[in-house]
Order: sequence, then C-alpha cells, then structure tokens
Amino acid sequence: MYSVKELDAGTPARVSAKQVTLFIDGVSVTVPDGTSVMRAAMDVGVKVPKLCATDMMESFGSCRLCLVEIEGRKGYPASCTTLVETGMKVRTQSTKLAKLRRGVMELYISDHPLDCLTCPANGNCELQEMAGVVGLREVRYGYEGANHLSSAKDESNPYFTFDPTKCIVCSRCVRACEEVQGTFALTVDGRGFASVIAAGPTDFLKSECVSCGACVQACPTSTLMEKSIIDAGQPDHSEVTTCAYCGVGCSFRAEMKGSEVVRMVPDKDGKANHGHSCVKGRFAWGYATHPDRIRTPMIRKKITDPWQEVSWDEAINYAASEFKRIQQKYGRGAVGGITSSRCTNEETYLVQKLVRAAFGNNNVDTCARVCHSPTGYGLKTTLGESAGTQDFDSVDQADVMMVIGASPTDGHPVFASHMKRRLREGAKLIVVDPRTIGLVRQPHVEADYHLQLRPGTNVAVINSLAHVVVTEGLLKEDFVRARCEVKEFEKWKAFVSEPRNSPEAMEPITGVPAQQIRGAARLYASVPNAAIYYGLGVTEHSQGSTMVIGIANLAMATGNIGREGVGVNPLRGQNNVQGSCDMGSFPHELPGYRHISDAATRSLFEGDWKVKLDPEPGLRIPNMFDASLDGSFLGLYVQGEDVAQSDPDTQHVTAALSALECLVVQDIFLNETAKFAHVFLPGSSFLEKDGTFTNAERRISRVRKVMPALAGMSDWEVTMALSNAFGYPMHYNHPSEIMDEIARLTPTFHGVTYEKIDQLGSIQWPCNEGAPEGTPVMHVQEFVRGKGRFVITEYIPTDERTNSQYPLLLTTGRILSQYNVGAQTRRTANLMWHDEDKLEIHPHDAEQRGIKDGDWVGIRSRAGETVLRAVITERIQPGVVYTTFHHPFSGANVVTTDNSDWATNCPEYKVTAVQVTRVMQPSTWQKSFNEFDQQQRSLLPAHEKAKV
Amino acid sequence: MDIHHLVKMANDIANFFKSEPDHQVALDGVAGHIRRFWDPRMRRAIIKWVDDDNGEGLQPLALEALKTYREKLMPQPVTE
Repeated sequence: MYSVKELDAGTPARVSAKQVTLFIDGVSVTVPDGTSVMRAAMDVGVKVPKLCATDMMESFGSCRLCLVEIEGRKGYPASCTTLVETGMKVRTQSTKLAKLRRGVMELYISDHPLDCLTCPANGNCELQEMAGVVGLREVRYGYEGANHLSSAKDESNPYFTFDPTKCIVCSRCVRACEEVQGTFALTVDGRGFASVIAAGPTDFLKSECVSCGACVQACPTSTLMEKSIIDAGQPDHSEVTTCAYCGVGCSFRAEMKGSEVVRMVPDKDGKANHGHSCVKGRFAWGYATHPDRIRTPMIRKKITDPWQEVSWDEAINYAASEFKRIQQKYGRGAVGGITSSRCTNEETYLVQKLVRAAFGNNNVDTCARVCHSPTGYGLKTTLGESAGTQDFDSVDQADVMMVIGASPTDGHPVFASHMKRRLREGAKLIVVDPRTIGLVRQPHVEADYHLQLRPGTNVAVINSLAHVVVTEGLLKEDFVRARCEVKEFEKWKAFVSEPRNSPEAMEPITGVPAQQIRGAARLYASVPNAAIYYGLGVTEHSQGSTMVIGIANLAMATGNIGREGVGVNPLRGQNNVQGSCDMGSFPHELPGYRHISDAATRSLFEGDWKVKLDPEPGLRIPNMFDASLDGSFLGLYVQGEDVAQSDPDTQHVTAALSALECLVVQDIFLNETAKFAHVFLPGSSFLEKDGTFTNAERRISRVRKVMPALAGMSDWEVTMALSNAFGYPMHYNHPSEIMDEIARLTPTFHGVTYEKIDQLGSIQWPCNEGAPEGTPVMHVQEFVRGKGRFVITEYIPTDERTNSQYPLLLTTGRILSQYNVGAQTRRTANLMWHDEDKLEIHPHDAEQRGIKDGDWVGIRSRAGETVLRAVITERIQPGVVYTTFHHPFSGANVVTTDNSDWATNCPEYKVTAVQVTRVMQPSTWQKSFNEFDQQQRSLLPAHEKAKV
Repeated sequence: MDIHHLVKMANDIANFFKSEPDHQVALDGVAGHIRRFWDPRMRRAIIKWVDDDNGEGLQPLALEALKTYREKLMPQPVTE
C-alpha cells in the first residue's frame, strides 16, 4: 500500500501529442490521448472508488467498483479500462452506481475478516476506505458461507507476511510482480471462488520472489504487510530521502513514528526509480540502529592497546595532533585521506578540502579507485566528461541494449526492472559477460546474443565488434565526420580493420564464436537506437580504461551518442560513486574533474579557500599502501570505507595499514579497517544527516535527516571539527552551505542549490547557466571536449595467466541481497538469502577435482589462499570460478592480486589465476583473521564487547 | 616505493601508448600520463632508477620517455 501521503491516480499517466477534452460530472477536463476515464476524473479531483486499480500498473478491470455511466453508452463500464474520448460525458455518481458498488463491496466483505480494529492496515486500508466511500451498511449474504478465513498465514519472508484471509484476489500483487518488477513469481492459482494468490508451489521465501516489495506496496489490504508495520503500527509522518545502497539512487519516503523509521516506501515521484525499489532499499535499513553501532569516539596508542572511550573533542584533538606530529617528522606528504562513495557529496567535498587545504597535499582518493576510476579516464579522454551520457528513462527509447560486464538484476535491480520492461516491449539484448547473468534468461526476457567471453578479453571483443562495424560498412560516417576528430578516427578505423582484430582471429583468445560477434555487431549497429550499459566487469581489469575507451569508440562510430535511447552508461556500484568523483576525491583533480596542475583552477580554489594549494598530484589508494610500507606515508584518515576488506591483495593492504603511525577511521561500525585504527570516530548513517547523493545518471538528490545522529555528530560536522583542530578553519551551519561553495567553484554545478533540488525533486548535472534545470542527455550538439576523440585500443593480455599451477580464472562480483563489503546488509535479515560467500564452479571442473556441491574448497592464487564452500553450477563456463566478497571471513581479496589498470591503478579483481582443491579446514589466513578479530573485539570497551 | 611495482606500472602505460603509430605522440603520451597521475615521490623513484640502474626492466618506450622528459618529470624540491 502507498504511503498515507501519496495520491493514487488509479492508472498510469500517458504521454501524447494529442489532447482530449471530456466532461466528468459536468466539469471539463483535458488530458493526453490514451488516458483512462478514472485518471481523467482524478485530474479534476473526482476520486472514483476502486480496488484493483493503482497507478503503478496497467488497469485490469476486475473489481467492478469503479463503474461509471457514460452518456450514449449502454451499461456501466469500468472507468479504469475505459479510455477518454473527445466530448465524452461521464457520471461518476448516481443512485444506480451507488447500489452496484455497494453490492460489489458486500461480496468482498462477506469473505473478509471483520477485525479492522486489530488489523495492521487499520487506518490505511483501501478496502476499509472503500467500504466507507460506498456507504456499506450491511452484508446481506452473511458470513457463514464458504470462505477463506482459515487459510494459513505465510510468514516465511523476513520482511513481510502474506495473510490469505485478508486477500480480495485483486491481482495487484501479481501484476506488480510482472509489470513493475518483472520477476513473475506470483500467480493466481485456481479458478473462481478457489482462486488464491500463490508464490508458486512453495512459500514466499523459497519461491522465485526477490523481495522487492512491489507486491506489498500494491496490496490494498493487509494481505501483504511489512512486519515492521505489524510490530510498530502505522507511521505518522514521512520525509523524502535517497537510498544509500547502489548507484540507481532510488528516492524513498522514510515513514516514521517519532524518530523511528517504520517503513521505507519508494517514491513515485523519484525520477530514478518511479516508485520501485529492491530488497535492500525497501527493507534492509535496520542496520542504522543495529546494536553494533559504535556511538562514542575511541582512541589508542597502538593497535594492541585497549580502546579508550573519549569525548569528541579529545578524539579529534588527538587525531589532529598525531597528523601534525607525523607531518613534522616525515614531511607534508606523509598523511592523506580516503573519501567514501557511501557518504554524501558534501562530506566527500569536505574531506578532499581537508586534505588539500589543511594537510597541504593532494593525497586524497576514493573507493572509485577500485571500481569506476577507468570510467573517469576513458570517458574524459574520448567524450570529454567523466560521466554516463544518459538518464535511466532513456532506455525506454533503446532498440538494442548491450550489457557488458554487469549484472543489473544483482547490482542495480531497480534499473534492471526498467530494462526488462523495455525488453518485454521488444528491445533486443546483447550480453557480454563470462557468466550467465540473470538477464540472459528471465521470464519473458532472453538475450539475443550472450557473448560468453573468457575473463580478461574484453578489449579483444570490443575490437572485433568494431572490426565488423567498420569492415561491413555499418559505420555512421556522417556522424563521425561532423562530430569527431577525423584524423584520430582514420587511425582507429585503420587499426580495427586489421585482420588480426577480426572476430575470427580473436576467437581463440576470447572464446566467443566469430559468428556470434558478427551477429551482435550487426544488431548493435543496425537499429535506430543502441545503448551500452556496463559495470565493473569492464573497469576492474588491467585494460579497464582501454575497454571504456573502446566502448566510447564503438558508440561514436555507430552514431549512438547524443540523443535519447543511446549512449554509454556506466552502472555505478555504490550510491555516490559519481558524486564522490565529481567532488574532487581523486588525487589529481579538483572538483569538477579539473587537473590540480591547472593554475587557473587552482587559483580559483586558493582564492576561495584562502590557502596555497600543492600543484602536484597526490597518492592513489594503492600508492598510499606502497608508500606506507616504504615509510613515507604514515597518517591516514578513512571516512566510510573498509579498505581492509574491499581492496585487493588483503595481506598487502593489512601490512600497509599496520605500518601506519596514525589511522583514523570514521564509520558506523568497527569494520575490518578500524581494527587497525588508532582513532575511531563514530559515523552517521544516511538517515542521520542532510546532504546529497549523485547517482549513475548524474542525478543529484537530497538526503534528508530523519533521525538524530546516534553519536551526536553528523559526518560533515566531524570533518569540519577535524579541520578546525588541525588549524585550518572550516565553518558551515548546514550542508546546504557546503553545496553553495561547491556550486560557486564548479562550473557544472553553478546552478545547483538545495532550494532548486527541493523544487525540481532532483537535478542532473551539468546544471548551470546553459542548463538551468539540468541535463538528462549529454553531448547532444557537440561533445563536452568539442570533437569526440577516437583512441586506438590494442588488446594486451593481462599478466595474470593461467598455468598448470593455477589453471582456473577467478572472477568476483556481488549478489542481490548483499551490498559491497556487507557492513550494512550483513546486519539485516538479508542474511537469510546469503549468509556466506561461496565459490561457483562448473560441473566439469568440479568433477575433475572430486568436488561435490557444498564441499569446502581451497582457492589458491599467487597472492594468497582462502577457503569457501563450493556451489556447482553451469552459470559459469568451464575454466572459470566465481565468488562474492560480502563477508570478511571469506577472504575473497586474500586471493586477488595487485595487478591493476594501466591508467588508473583500478585493481584487476575480475581476473585471478587460481587452483581449487577440496580441503577440510579454513586457510591459514582465515585462522589468523579469526584470531585477530577476536583480539580486536576483546580490546573494545566492556559495554561494546557485551554487544558482540 | 617498491621500484619493481613502479617499473611494472610504467611498462603498462607504455604498452598502451606503443600502439600509437606516431612515435613522438607515444612518447608524449607515456611521459604525460606519468606527469599527470604520479605523485612526486613515485616520479622521483623511477627517475632515480633510470639514473642509477639504467632503468632495468623498463620496456624501451617507457625508458625512452623517462629519459627524454626527465627534467619535466622530475618534481621540484619539496619546501616544507
């Protein structure tokens, strides 16, 4: 059910150039052609009674409550399924209609429990409301006949219950699962009176249901009801905010009782999600008040010392004094900071400002280093801007989607639902991935091509696709010659035309049959609109930047840039990856992607910040680790990141963290990195602060504080205090003042203010004098850099090779129910779906090694060894194994190596040569991890130890 | 800084630019990339490697770029 604050117009809005004028109860109304009578009535404030209709999905016409009279027509048509016509005269109220509606309600209520006062939907139940609206006063049929009132309740799902006694079989849940989510997990089982809603032949938890909650939202009664509402009761107020999980950046109403969140409802007005959500955003928010939250600052001299709880002032002064001491002893460049894509724009901006202005160097980096830094480099090089080219809604105009190295149904589930909707409408799909990702085959969705390449051969595939486009005359030469640098294009054209780049020549390298490459290239290049969506399977390679360039080359060559339905679209992993990069978190760039060596830009910031800036680029995260081990980098401030779990070659990372003289960690939990820290500053969750996130489509959305910061300070306040203690004054009264400074100093943000975001709902940058309300699609008239630039992309095999010792390739990724290092989702009931990371292995490879499903297996690489349980599956090809990295004990990154992208040092998570063998016990690393974990927990203050 | 890691990084950069048909553009590309993205201590270390050990392990394009643009790549002395 919708939030109490939202209006349900009954059927979806329509867009049409043709407008139709009709009369509803004598009042004239003009609406787009294709609009339902019900929705047109709503436009003039007439709420036609309804039960099976809701504006999130197409009309169904089953409940017969929305009957109206139309002049000149026989009978009583349903207003939800009847479309408007010019001059139509509609009556929504009459004695006959009232009688008919009461009759319908009598039937419903005769098979519905009369427990309204104790029902969790009491006060927010559409059936209850409609009974009142139609004036139901009696049920002539009585309640003693056949009914469904003894049906068993399904409580298997951790977040919601299914109570069939309350069900009116309106099919809203079934249709939501089909139309909104695209999973088709629910059905109406049986016929007539025996009809019941079913999640297949099992309960909800074991079914195909992905717990997105669309059915719960659609249900007009308490049949599908959040357990949080059953426990807490109906909310009394709400606030619109932005989800803190993936890069889709869904807008939600946080529904509250006092300062307690009782439900998160996706916002229909949210331009990224249009009222949809996934299991994480809708349900997995309980971590915000989890007992593991540390609420008091702590310090210690050595990591073997017990933590000492101190005041905020003491912790901040201690951190500042330690950093000053380190700089005095080892030099100005011996300290730095890491910003987080889980934090707001304002917070990351302040951390980079702290490093540049207070620390006096550029040793600031962000977790985008290990995910999308190649996107920044590749798109800036070719198109001129480090960002995706489209808005999400652009996919509605795409005739072909090419999804490369991404699993949207796992990583970006709400956009995956949007994609699936377009695919069901007939768009074609090309998947380029070593795994059989969810999109390859779903109900009513099947990839036209699945180019199941060998890990590490992306560039070979993109070159061979380009080869087909060029050699088969599929180029859009007019576009290229008008919009791109022709000399560079000619060089690229000659390069990809070489026979060594043909699909046939590349087949032995990529493992993809040449005819599939040819077919996919022809499909991509031959339709009016083809769009590329890609993820970390593109970037996290030794040629990550090269592949991003190759993608941009292909899009330019086929004219698929600069309008709706096309483009190059990085699917950002975390909620604010785009924003943290925009905010100047990279060591070589000031906010707005301007190089630190540029004197004019530096001068702008120097004037505003009243400090001289270092013109030299600083250390990237992996360089920080190397410099720490080298003894030249000894103080690190980490806000909201967990490098000890997320970064590759764990043993190298933890050795580097151990070598630091002062590690300051600001986080909501004692994460793996914090176990190496000397100062712990309690962080605040997204529910506890104001700010903005910028999603994968460059959309800046407000994060609104709905509850007090549990530790007393929001993250931006902590960074400000740290800067002041360090001796560089920072004074902001509210994050909006930080955004004002960002806008003042950043051309692409010149027009952004909190007031404008509140007014428009959200804004896609660039937002400035040229685009006062933002820019949904970029590069429309010309590329940001002027002419698009083609760059040669030679395929260079990774140094990470298989051999007899390490014969398999390990690739890593994520799963729907968990998020990144799992710090948030592991502290929710999402554990029910994924309580440990497992190793996926092909039946052939498993058989060769005597491995059975569920066996413990050791995974050994040149970097290290860990042990996981095996899952035998044909989702992956022979020779490849796969795991996730959501649980620290799994040690997935103990195995990954320090190989990285040539341009950005983004780690090569996606290709690690390994051997897999059956084992009987955890790895040596896992044993020492457990010992260290126990030791660190024992060093916590007594009341914190009691909690864990 | 681990010089072998820096040598590998420089070689990876050179591997990208060596497919550029114009040798001068390739040299500029390698040196420009290192200048724009490497912290001064990293540049200092790789130049010292070229000076003291003749850049052992560096592939020819990387070595040539580092030698050709030595002065531009060498950071200014640090003033604390």
